[in-house]
Amino acid sequence: MIQIQKLSKKYKGADYFSVSNLNLAIENGEIFGILGPNGAGKTTLISMLCSLIKPTSGSFTINGLNYANNKRELKQLIGIVPQEYALYPSLTAYENLHYFGSMYGLKGKELKNSILDYLEKLGLAEFSNKKIEVFSGGMKRRINLISSILHQPKILFLDEPTVGVDVQSKNVIIEHLQQLNNQGTTIVYTSHHLNEAEKFCTRVAIIDYGKIILKGSPKKLVANTKNAHNLEDVFIAFTGKELRDHV
Amino acid sequence: MYKLWASVYKEFLLLTRDLGGLTILFVMPLVLIITITLIQDSSFKSISNTKIPVLIVDNDKGMISESIFEGLKDQKLFDVIIKDKEEEARDLVFKGTYQLAIIIPENLSKDLETKINQNVEGVLEEFGLEEEEEKPSDVIIATKEVRLYFDPAIQQSFKMSIKSGIDKMISKIETKSIYKAFQEQLSDEETEFSFDSEKFISFKEITPKLDDKEILPNSAQHNVPAWTLFAIFFIIVPLSINMVKEKSQGTFVRLRTNPVSYATVLGGKTVVFLIVCLIQFVLMMLIGVYLFPAIGLPTLAVSGKIFLAFVVALFSGLAAVGLGLLLGTLANSQEQAAPFGATFVVVLAALGGVWVPVFMMPNFMQIVSKLSPMNWGLNAFYDVFLRNGGLLEILPELTLLLLFFLITTGISIIYNNRKNAV
Repeated sequence: MIQIQKLSKKYKGADYFSVSNLNLAIENGEIFGILGPNGAGKTTLISMLCSLIKPTSGSFTINGLNYANNKRELKQLIGIVPQEYALYPSLTAYENLHYFGSMYGLKGKELKNSILDYLEKLGLAEFSNKKIEVFSGGMKRRINLISSILHQPKILFLDEPTVGVDVQSKNVIIEHLQQLNNQGTTIVYTSHHLNEAEKFCTRVAIIDYGKIILKGSPKKLVANTKNAHNLEDVFIAFTGKELRDHV
Repeated sequence: MYKLWASVYKEFLLLTRDLGGLTILFVMPLVLIITITLIQDSSFKSISNTKIPVLIVDNDKGMISESIFEGLKDQKLFDVIIKDKEEEARDLVFKGTYQLAIIIPENLSKDLETKINQNVEGVLEEFGLEEEEEKPSDVIIATKEVRLYFDPAIQQSFKMSIKSGIDKMISKIETKSIYKAFQEQLSDEETEFSFDSEKFISFKEITPKLDDKEILPNSAQHNVPAWTLFAIFFIIVPLSINMVKEKSQGTFVRLRTNPVSYATVLGGKTVVFLIVCLIQFVLMMLIGVYLFPAIGLPTLAVSGKIFLAFVVALFSGLAAVGLGLLLGTLANSQEQAAPFGATFVVVLAALGGVWVPVFMMPNFMQIVSKLSPMNWGLNAFYDVFLRNGGLLEILPELTLLLLFFLITTGISIIYNNRKNAV
């Protein structure tokens, strides 16, 4: 379970809080979507949960652990699929996966079999010895995902895992995430694809200006919003139509 | 340990995948060392093979100008060209057509002779040996100056050596004239003047010996260690770029979320880049021992020294890697890492005495140079190659190099952990 209490983040030199006094509880086994316009604070929130940036104030625990006291255990427990590809372009898919798997302490046949198994499941088996630099965006996204799940994390954080990929790759990624969730992995993900989130997530939170303005199951949110036919209507109704360009 | 070896393997793969970069990493230092040694070695040879043209305006036409001509001829460095007018010679030198002009003043020989005779007579008179009636003159003779014109592009050291050479020639003539004057004054008979031009006091350079054999320093003994060290320290450029690339590719972000310490990540880089340094060292040694004699350069003498030289290379490599890790940790972009790294190595090399010997630097720079790890490495290499030093002699430098590695790596780890503390 992820328990977030009064979590805030203000970057140096920024005029406003990217995440402001945020409280949230995510249960084990959920697929939780964090949705919001550009600059709403989605990536900042996920980065704090993944120990990539330090909160300005507030706290959180993941399965009762925190980074101050249980850094190693926590890092072993979670998996992170960052927004960028985060792969070595000159290494092959297999070499990348082998290295990142090793960093989780996986080795020998266990690691090799796990890599080959995931490559097979995500349709990349025949490209295992090809360098990442020749991969398409969709292929890189799938390798990016495998790099983060080789160690069977209990909680998986994904920051826009399907951005910039074709429908086929997107479907493979979502289907696989669904399978992982069925096996007991809690999934926390951010996305701009509201249709995808509506179908995929058990619960979503819409955040704007660093605060949660709405949360619940997509179906309930649609049902409770006047004139809303889908999650996108709910999103527009609560975040407005104006552009969100600020730094 | 397993994670460290996985990191080493990954770094090895990354390095070997960039064949162009790898070739540059190994070939460029070799090109550098061959070029520098060829230039330095040939500059000594060219001085003896190619003569420097010197303009001389001889207004004296006496014994001194003859001696200067002979002196210049004897040195076999100069090609004497006679000019009639000082202005013409000056213009040609200041335009850079010639590098040097010597203007011998009028009556130099005659006036010198008169002056010396006056002095000798004065001395003899004091001893009561001078006959009153033979006083030749009480004429006051003005001091004479031999004017030198140098091409402004000429280096100070060259000017100094020319000035000192001419000064030496004139001193010799003066001494000879004094002897002659004394002989003439003291001898009743007309005997032929004899002057023993052979030096009574001479210099003998004593060089260090190894197994009763003299170690004669040559351009290879100086250049190979110095430029090997330069190449070793240049590793900070590809190493820091490697680290900055990880930041821009996002792989560093992933590593930060992995249960692996920054020290392990740096450990992988240290092992691989240290091996690169040692391969560079071995290649440099091979070039010095086998290629240099084949292309007419002096052979690098490594007999009995190779183990200690390898130890120096190992510790120098560690210091260089430590610096690269620190730069890679602090830099945020390749634009920061590459130019800074390259310039910094050049600064360290200059401070370390790779180009100008430390003893020739101003006092303040000599103190600063003691802070350069390249100075420690170079001293250790010179101890091994030129001063016949053993492990005990190089131990202080090895300790400093090791400390430098530990401190720079320590700062990198502390800085990274503080910057990314959560």
